[in-house]
Formats: sequence, structure tokens, C-alpha cells
Amino acid sequence: MKIIIGLGLSLLLFSCGETKKEHVVAEEIRTNAQQHTELEDFDDSPIPVYDFPKLEKELLQLRNDTTYIVNFWATWCKPCIKELPYFEELAHKYSDEKVKVVLVSLDFPENLHTKVVPFIEKYKLQSEVILLADDDANTWIPKVDTKWEGSIPATIIYNNKTRSFYERSFTYDELENELKSII
Amino acid sequence: MKKRQILLIFSLVLMATLGLVGFSSGNSTNSEGLNIGDMAADINLKNVNGEMVSYEDYPNANGFIVIFTCNTCPYAVASEDRIIALDAEFKPKGYPVIAINPNNPALQPDDTFELMQKKAKQKGFTFPYLYDSSNTVYAKYGAKKTPHVYLLQKTSEGNMVKYIGAIDDNVRNADLVKERFLANAVYELLEGKEVSVKETKAIGCSVKQ
Repeated sequence: MKIIIGLGLSLLLFSCGETKKEHVVAEEIRTNAQQHTELEDFDDSPIPVYDFPKLEKELLQLRNDTTYIVNFWATWCKPCIKELPYFEELAHKYSDEKVKVVLVSLDFPENLHTKVVPFIEKYKLQSEVILLADDDANTWIPKVDTKWEGSIPATIIYNNKTRSFYERSFTYDELENELKSII
Repeated sequence: MKKRQILLIFSLVLMATLGLVGFSSGNSTNSEGLNIGDMAADINLKNVNGEMVSYEDYPNANGFIVIFTCNTCPYAVASEDRIIALDAEFKPKGYPVIAINPNNPALQPDDTFELMQKKAKQKGFTFPYLYDSSNTVYAKYGAKKTPHVYLLQKTSEGNMVKYIGAIDDNVRNADLVKERFLANAVYELLEGKEVSVKETKAIGCSVKQ
């Protein structure tokens, strides 16, 4: 019971003062590096690096018997980091079922080796992490979902029957309830 | 019984949350903010030089490039030089930049007024960098992220919203920009045309309130 109250309170704290449907983002971290980036530059990357067409084809439009939970996050986004353990826990709990969690990082690609990979190692993330390296957000944000304003965290849960999009943070229970309503 | 208790707790939390959100956004009838064609509310905010700034201080302007931005968001930092360049390009044409920091420094310690002054000095900002101390302007406008741009055109009825969204199509790297959404919109207004791309989207750091 205490845990439930705790989760409720943290939800409350994060929701304070944010406009309407926003439960969103926080950020840190200064970054200046600005180099030209091509996908071929990441051939030796420890995690997959996709542009949007590849992400859409290989992750967002799959038609099989698996339910996919796709979370958009970044290492500079505080509420994203807060909810990552819930996605990990969910993936573990449903590991015997046809449920797959994929974490799509929106970190700048020049921070792959300095921020993203160290973060994955530090928090021992078990779910698959993909870096989305595609600068033209105005083109791909509406393709993920027409309702998306562009803030993170944002999550899609979908399978071959249904699809839901969320521009908000989750508690573990909220996340599991959404999954249960879809599988 | 236990389920019922859990449900009750969640309902209470939800109600409290909605209550707080309603209270802090100040104007519940306008919680979605400005749309294209709306008249933007006037501002009266403190600049980093200590002076108060409002649109009325610019009698000769044709409009304003209002940019919600902040000190440390990676997307805001990546846009700083572009914002300075926009002011240099469009202030002489009657569309000065007005930057507003919407973040509450209690939640985002990097966004205090003093650090805003430091940022403006370090980067040599040529435009006002205003502190939304009442935490109300961002909500009236509907700014959800930094950077978030509102292009206003002065009309007889007020400052009309003509464009909302991103500066251009590549926040991360100015050298790779193909479409300058905001600049294109200003040039269309200057030519007396309708803005062709009125709204765009970008990933951004949410406003901390």
C-alpha cells in the first residue's frame, strides 16, 4: 500500500503545474558537439543506430503476434530516466509472453559513446536500445503519431490489432494496466 | 477491499493533480494556448538588464519573433547562435526577436535570473531575454517545449499569431538545415503573403513548472 501511495505522490510531483495533457520531460546536460552524421558512421556502434525510415519499417509497423512497447527517451530527460525501470520490470515480468520492450533514445548521435552507452552500462538496461539518428523531426514526429507535440517521454504500445500512443510518464501500475488493456 | 483502496488513492491523486494543473495554468479556458490567427496577449516581463519589456516598447516593429528558450536544454543551446542570427536578420526588417525563459528555477536550478544574465552576456544576446517570473506567459501562449517559436504580426486588432513551431528542420546541426521554417514565414509576411507552413514540430525540452 505504501508503495502505491509513493508512486501516486511521485506522479503528483511530476504533474504539478504542467499544462494539461503534459506529464513530460526534464533535461540536463550541455552539449555543443555538432558534426555531420551518417548511419555508416555507426557501423561499429554497440547499439543499433537507425534513421526514421528504418525505425518505422523495423519497429513501428510490424504485423505479427507480438505486442511491442516502444518508449522514446533520452539520457538528459529526467522523467524518462525515472520511468525506465518500469519498462525494464514490465519486460521481465512478461518475458514468457509475446511482449517486447524497445527503448528508442533521442540523444544526439555524437553523444552515443559518451552518454548513451555509459548510461546503458551504468543502469544495466536489459531491453533493446536503439538510437534514432534522424534530424528532420518535423517530418517524422507526425509519422510516429499525429497527436505528438514532440515532448518526451512518449510511448507506443501496439500489436496487429490495436495501437495506442502516450505523450506522458507512467508509473509501473499504469504501464502494466495499459499493456493489459491491449494484449 | 484492497483493490477498492488502491482505486480510491489513485482517484484522489488524479483529482489533486488535475486541481493543481488547473490552478497553475491560471486560465483554464485557454489551457491549450494560442492557435494560428489568435491575438497574442501582451507581455510585461523583466529583461536581463533589469528593465521591463512589453510589445508596446516597439512602436516601429511590424511584429515579433517570440522564442521560449532556456539556459541549458541541449536543444536550446544548439539554437543560440541561430537565434542571434535571426535577430540580426529580421530586427532591421521590423521583426525583432524576444526570448522568454519559461522555466521555474525552483525546479530547474540552471534557469535562475542570474544565470540568464550570465548566458546573455557570454553569448552576446542582441535581444531581450525575459524571465517569466509569474510563470503565466508560457501557459497563455501554450509553449510546451524549449525552443518553441511564436511569430506575431502587428495588426490593428493586436499581435496576430502567424506561425508556431520550430526555427528550422534541424535543431542539432545548423549546417544541415534545408528548410528555414521561421525565416521563410517572416519573409512571406514581409512580402504581404500568407504564411505557407504555419505549424511545425520538433523534439524539445519541456517547460519546467
